Amino acid sequence: MKTGDILLLSGNEAIARGAWESDISVCTGYPGTPSTEILETITADYRDIYTEWSVNEKVAFEVGIGASLAGARTLVTMKHVGLNVAADPLFTASYIGIKGGLVLVAADDPAMHSSQNEQDSRHYAVAAKLPMLEPSDSQEAKDFVKEAVLLSEKYDTPVILRTTTRISHSKTVVEAGDRSSSPIAKGFVKNIQKYVMIPAFARKRHAEVEKRMTQMGKASNTLSLNRIELADISLGFITSGICYAYVREAFPNASVLKLGMVYPMPDDLIRDYCSKIRNVYIVEELDPHIESHIKSIGISVQGKNVFPNVGEFDPDIIKRAVTKEPPAKTVSITINIPNRPPSLCPGCPHRKVFSILHKLGVYVTGDIGCYTLGVLPPFSAMDTCVDMGASITIAQGIEVAEGKNHKQNVVAVIGDSTFAHSGITGLLNAAYNQRNILVIILDNGTTAMTGMQPNPLSGETIRRNPTVSLDYRKLAQAIGIPDENFRMTDAYNDKEIEDAVTGLLAKKGLSLVVVKGLCVIVQKRKKKSDHV
Amino acid sequence: MVGVGGQGIVLASDIISLAALYARHDVKKSEIHGMSQRGGSVFSHIRFGKKVYSPVIPEGEVDILVSLEEMETLRWLSYVNSDTKIIFTKTRINPPNVTMYPQNIDQEITNHFGNSWVIEPSRVNEKTGNAKFLNTALLGLVSTCLDFSDEAWRRSIHGNVPDGTFEANLAAFTTGKSLAKDN
Repeated sequence: MKTGDILLLSGNEAIARGAWESDISVCTGYPGTPSTEILETITADYRDIYTEWSVNEKVAFEVGIGASLAGARTLVTMKHVGLNVAADPLFTASYIGIKGGLVLVAADDPAMHSSQNEQDSRHYAVAAKLPMLEPSDSQEAKDFVKEAVLLSEKYDTPVILRTTTRISHSKTVVEAGDRSSSPIAKGFVKNIQKYVMIPAFARKRHAEVEKRMTQMGKASNTLSLNRIELADISLGFITSGICYAYVREAFPNASVLKLGMVYPMPDDLIRDYCSKIRNVYIVEELDPHIESHIKSIGISVQGKNVFPNVGEFDPDIIKRAVTKEPPAKTVSITINIPNRPPSLCPGCPHRKVFSILHKLGVYVTGDIGCYTLGVLPPFSAMDTCVDMGASITIAQGIEVAEGKNHKQNVVAVIGDSTFAHSGITGLLNAAYNQRNILVIILDNGTTAMTGMQPNPLSGETIRRNPTVSLDYRKLAQAIGIPDENFRMTDAYNDKEIEDAVTGLLAKKGLSLVVVKGLCVIVQKRKKKSDHV
Repeated sequence: MVGVGGQGIVLASDIISLAALYARHDVKKSEIHGMSQRGGSVFSHIRFGKKVYSPVIPEGEVDILVSLEEMETLRWLSYVNSDTKIIFTKTRINPPNVTMYPQNIDQEITNHFGNSWVIEPSRVNEKTGNAKFLNTALLGLVSTCLDFSDEAWRRSIHGNVPDGTFEANLAAFTTGKSLAKDN
């Protein structure tokens, strides 16, 4: 790949290229659809950049803060719900600012193709007082990484780059650019007034943050990221991200104010544009982020009164909402076809344990991963799924609330990567607070749902180099789980699993069962590579 | 392209998209990765031309629908019109817990779409000698409907298939082109 090459890249691959072109030297993240391929691409294709799969998003972002303060241009990637995990450092990172440009990619998933909610991460930009950019295709995804780095360094702030699934996973044409080198000197330099957020220092920093956002708001009026495409003045749109592509498809002759920076917003530009256009529609998936702001500065526009605030848009949804035309007639064939829901793979090591839990009729508090599919028939063996790690903690709450009437019939089920991400603290909480729950860790040796990333249980780094792997038995001992309450079992051995589950459910105290069986996809890949 | 997770839609649609780029078109391709792909319905939209805005195809505007699985063809009817060219592969994959596969889909497709090719995978596999190359052969068939040069296809296949399989894939692609005459 060289400068000037014309490439067909996904948004995620383009962000990876943008990181390289911007001389970003540290990239961290936790896998999560639709963000995962950014770090994978950097690791595979831009090998001089340091990458790591961090234990979770909070850790990834904090490592990123450290790298930035030591002068490295830094990229941190996560999916939208991962940003919730990283929210704690996010809000204070806004106060301390940066040294090397610091860019956080938050990938939202409208329509929840592979997520438990469809939160709109733009709220974080407002809440944490951070600028946010939003690309409309892969070319912009690449270019906006550079813009984000430069804005970060100019205004001394982390910058959020927000994508959605359709940006991250669509491939569009990109022209490869040059690599620019970072002018920032590497090395951490003490600056306690700026980096140590005790109240006395933080109060001063908050004032600086407010000043910064006001300055950026003013500057956004002339940023090339935001542009007016003036055409038909009877119909105009204000939009950003993938919706820009849909609007242009549906209304090629309309006027458009395209926002590349969705926070802070360019008030003067918006006022100027709206004064020229008779009917202005705000087109944005999920929440009325742009619309609410524009209404707050006293401009009357249309938006969520005609567009939905759930799911993804497409050109048809936008066209119909504006023109009120009914959908065009399409070919109809009256054969009923059954749904094809996703399911656990044939031969998946999680299948047996869910069959057993179904047979035993226990309540199962579940977690995030492929194994969440244990909720569907034929297993029907999951009763809650909220967020990473919540299997272990929700089981505790159930026991506490049921008190004397609790029948010791709740089993928490969590995967290996999820356990490392957010399960360990919950397990420690159960031990510390003397709970009587059974926790099953489904260890398939990989982070399967997002495409087989290694994790702290699999003994490999992101580059597949050997590293430590957490010892479940020692962990159980260290937090005070008695040896007789701990079992290692084979995922393909029904009897072993069933004995462990029934035996330990009957016991008082906290119990831990590890069900070990390599992900069937990894098994197949290994077999293949053995042959070759 | 539509089908079921695991059928190789991502790779096949990558080959078409890159060939379109090499044929000097603007290109956009959209698909979804993640949970829904664990054996679920899979689609990939590919659009090319002088200038493409939306990576998602508007309803009723599909020119060519390549379907790798019988009933999946019907799931995406809102995107096609009566002139859509349908390449319909007679492969059946039962969803989990479904035993009765819907019947007569091929007849309905040929009745409604004058422009359809029904492909018997076993016959294609006989010609290529390996079921692994079915998708590549189908791409050969697709290529007869598009104006991309042989060189564009060749470069794209070369750039996308695993090392050491290029020659075999190219042979399957060439075999696939001749399927147009059989249909």
